[in-house]
Amino acid sequence: MSSVSEEVDLLVGRLGERPLQILVEIQKTFNHVPTEAVEGIARKLGLPVSRVLANIEFYSFLSLEKPGDYVLLMSDNITDWMAGSRSLYSRLCSNLEGIADATKTSCTGMCDQGPAMLVNGIAVTKLDENRIDSIADLVKRHVPLSSWPREYFHVESNIRKSGWLFESGRRKVLEGQALLQELKDSNLRGRGGAGFPTALKWASCREATGEKYVVCNADEGEPGTFKDRVLLTHCAENLLEGMALCANIVGAKRGFLYVRGEYRYLESHLAKMLRKKRSEDFTVELHWGAGAYICGEESALLESIEGKRGIPRVRPPFPVTHGLFGMPTVVDNVETFCAASGIAAGGGKDFRRFGTDESRGTKLLSVSGDCSKPGIYEYPFGVSIEQILADCGADEPIAVQVGGASGACLDASEFGRKIGFEDLPTSGSVMIFGKNRDMKEAALNFSKFFAHESCGFCTPCRVGTSIIEQILESGNGLAEMPDLAGILKASHCGLGQSASRAVMDMLKKFPGHWGLS
Amino acid sequence: MKNLLLDGKMLTYEEGQTIMDCALSNGIAIPGLCHLPGLSPSGNCRLCTVKTGGRYVSACTEPAIDGMEVECETMELSQVRMQLLRMLFVEGNHYCPSCEKSGSCRLQEAAYHEGMLDLHFRPFYPKREMDASHPEILLDRDRCIFCALCVRASREIDGKNVFDISGRGIETHLIVNSASGKLLDTDISVEDRAVHVCPVGAILVKGKGFEIPIGRRLYD
Amino acid sequence: MIRISTCSLAGCFGCHMSFLDMDEKLADFSDKIEFDRSPFTDVRKMGKCEIGLIEGGLCNVENLKVLKEFRENCEILVAVGACAINGGIPAMRNHFSLDSCLREAYVEGIGIENPQIPSDPELPMLLDKVRPVFEAVRIDYFLPGCPPPAEAFVILLEALLKGQKPVLPENLIRYD
Repeated sequence: MSSVSEEVDLLVGRLGERPLQILVEIQKTFNHVPTEAVEGIARKLGLPVSRVLANIEFYSFLSLEKPGDYVLLMSDNITDWMAGSRSLYSRLCSNLEGIADATKTSCTGMCDQGPAMLVNGIAVTKLDENRIDSIADLVKRHVPLSSWPREYFHVESNIRKSGWLFESGRRKVLEGQALLQELKDSNLRGRGGAGFPTALKWASCREATGEKYVVCNADEGEPGTFKDRVLLTHCAENLLEGMALCANIVGAKRGFLYVRGEYRYLESHLAKMLRKKRSEDFTVELHWGAGAYICGEESALLESIEGKRGIPRVRPPFPVTHGLFGMPTVVDNVETFCAASGIAAGGGKDFRRFGTDESRGTKLLSVSGDCSKPGIYEYPFGVSIEQILADCGADEPIAVQVGGASGACLDASEFGRKIGFEDLPTSGSVMIFGKNRDMKEAALNFSKFFAHESCGFCTPCRVGTSIIEQILESGNGLAEMPDLAGILKASHCGLGQSASRAVMDMLKKFPGHWGLS
Repeated sequence: MKNLLLDGKMLTYEEGQTIMDCALSNGIAIPGLCHLPGLSPSGNCRLCTVKTGGRYVSACTEPAIDGMEVECETMELSQVRMQLLRMLFVEGNHYCPSCEKSGSCRLQEAAYHEGMLDLHFRPFYPKREMDASHPEILLDRDRCIFCALCVRASREIDGKNVFDISGRGIETHLIVNSASGKLLDTDISVEDRAVHVCPVGAILVKGKGFEIPIGRRLYD
Repeated sequence: MIRISTCSLAGCFGCHMSFLDMDEKLADFSDKIEFDRSPFTDVRKMGKCEIGLIEGGLCNVENLKVLKEFRENCEILVAVGACAINGGIPAMRNHFSLDSCLREAYVEGIGIENPQIPSDPELPMLLDKVRPVFEAVRIDYFLPGCPPPAEAFVILLEALLKGQKPVLPENLIRYD
């Protein structure tokens, strides 16, 4: 292994002015960021030391302290809890007492094959007592990760139902202005949940002046979603094609693919795809997230690429005019770029056959929780919750959480509702709660998630999410919740504004679970 | 000339101004802790939350729009401000009787103005580090409310980078730019604007405590 | 007659002193109120009261017991002063572990003779952290200040005697 300062020199040479990526690589090599590296990066890039430190203390996957040879992070989503992660975590901790520390991390996007964990940044799935004991043993014996049983790292794709998106062709027949018109006619809307018309976004960026960027948001951190994981695995070419088509329309030469750190295991695959799709006109660089849900918010994501803490920007101005490095930028998510490339190949007419008037096309849903067939389901927009529940083998569920921790919690009376911008807009997370589940647990889990993931920028979210966690943990002060939910609406960004939504739904719809009538 | 309605009063503003700018230039004070004319707006304290078009926005960052209607002095917004102030009080360690800034503290003044009598929320009593390393300047993190005025003043006025906000969520904290993490080892000087913009008693000039007698302080 | 009880938990009796600062106003009140349990009367047993004034926060189990007794016996309970409201100066010990506080005070501090941490069973157990009173019982009104000004006590008592909700003018809301 090279010395810290050599490594910093090497990385600065390779990655240039991208301090966060340099930190991510340093962390990968040394399992922490040595002080020497902090000072080296600051000196080399002409940054204040405090700026580098602030980054390390912001991103969960970066740390100043050397933890030993293994960094063990247990995925702590509600679906992991439901699959028994908490007792496995205790088991692991007691197995490793005095030898290594395990900690918890937010949803790792393996909800269809949890409980899961990250070992030195690489996903380990399908944990059970045997696997946990064996991992503890491997750690005790200092067995390098490369010699661990391969099946531990196996990630299933679990595509249960594929449709237009998965099956769309890869040969583009449309590009440029013609494609833009086709996107407009097809009424493709952003798949992240907000549903902004894609053609309008691309056209606005095209009209803006300055150096342009195309950024793909593959930082899916919403608990319960894992569609990007599957799209990156199976449709990376379509995705890169979609980005290139966008670059061609807006006039961008450089793009970034921002992938959440949890999917680091996909690195060699993605690097291969990037090499394959490399072109003179448009280059895409990989950017690895480092454990911050907030970076899924597009302006925080741009800050993060710029090497800063992921604090959402004040908007307006919007990224299409003032985005990456202050330049016009298109930020879209993986599914949106894939859909755009699908439309370029098959035309908008084919796309328009699916969905509803408001929500054209299909939507990938990440289905997990209490069902016999968790995985990815592609449906035309307008599909009902009932239909999804029937298809995935959910037995008498009492609740479905749509849209992740920031989404809505539906009780059985609402299962007739439909996925789509006009009813249930969602990035695609569908978590199912079976008949014996205690929704108190789900509420507690989500409150912990938001308290952990709040960026800390604004008062209501920074303090409010911690107060809510305190209330749900102690069970005292539940009567305060409506008031707190109101105050959170004064937050700077969507994270804070939606942080109490699911918990409020659960309190209202399942009062009996708290002993309330 | 463009106009907006603030609590029913017609105010004029110039293109490019925020709601806060507009109010200030019309001699109206919207409560706020993280805003100081001359520094770029941030919008972190949210105390200047106003309501327009049915949603909350921070007046210091929201651009004024011709004809917009803005509410500020309503029961609802007063309650929002009250809860935000309580949150700021409980997340830090604010012992006014022992604070040199007491009486000239903007947090205190805003809370007096809203009529805050109690904390309502359980205090967090966080453990935060005091930095007394510098001979002339004291950094008492117990009182920091992360308004980032010092961060911005240092960058935008002093041309330095003495302060930064680090960490996240409830672990957010103020750090200084030196390898030792101590104020002494930064290039701060007591004349810096950054030393004098703190709305609370987190950054204080040493040797000046309780200089003004009680009863004659800024907000007495 | 309106019966009032008062107590100082983890406080300094400063709020009680400020109460006495009402001076001639006290004479006006004297035919309307009488003290039950209070350091003013040195009565330690309490009966039913209309009003209870709590000075100081909670630093030991004895404080907690007294506070609960006040809540049980008083119709209206008022948290008086910074310590009752947010823990105040005593809560500055929350920065440190209980053990290090005791060691500093009784073992390692300057000028200590015969160093030992008091452990007489008569002494009430200290709480891990000093806490405000509203965390333990319901509080009806709050009178901030260190101490609250005498005028604030006047406004409080006049309103309560008339059966009204006390409203402090902005100039009497002080945290120091």
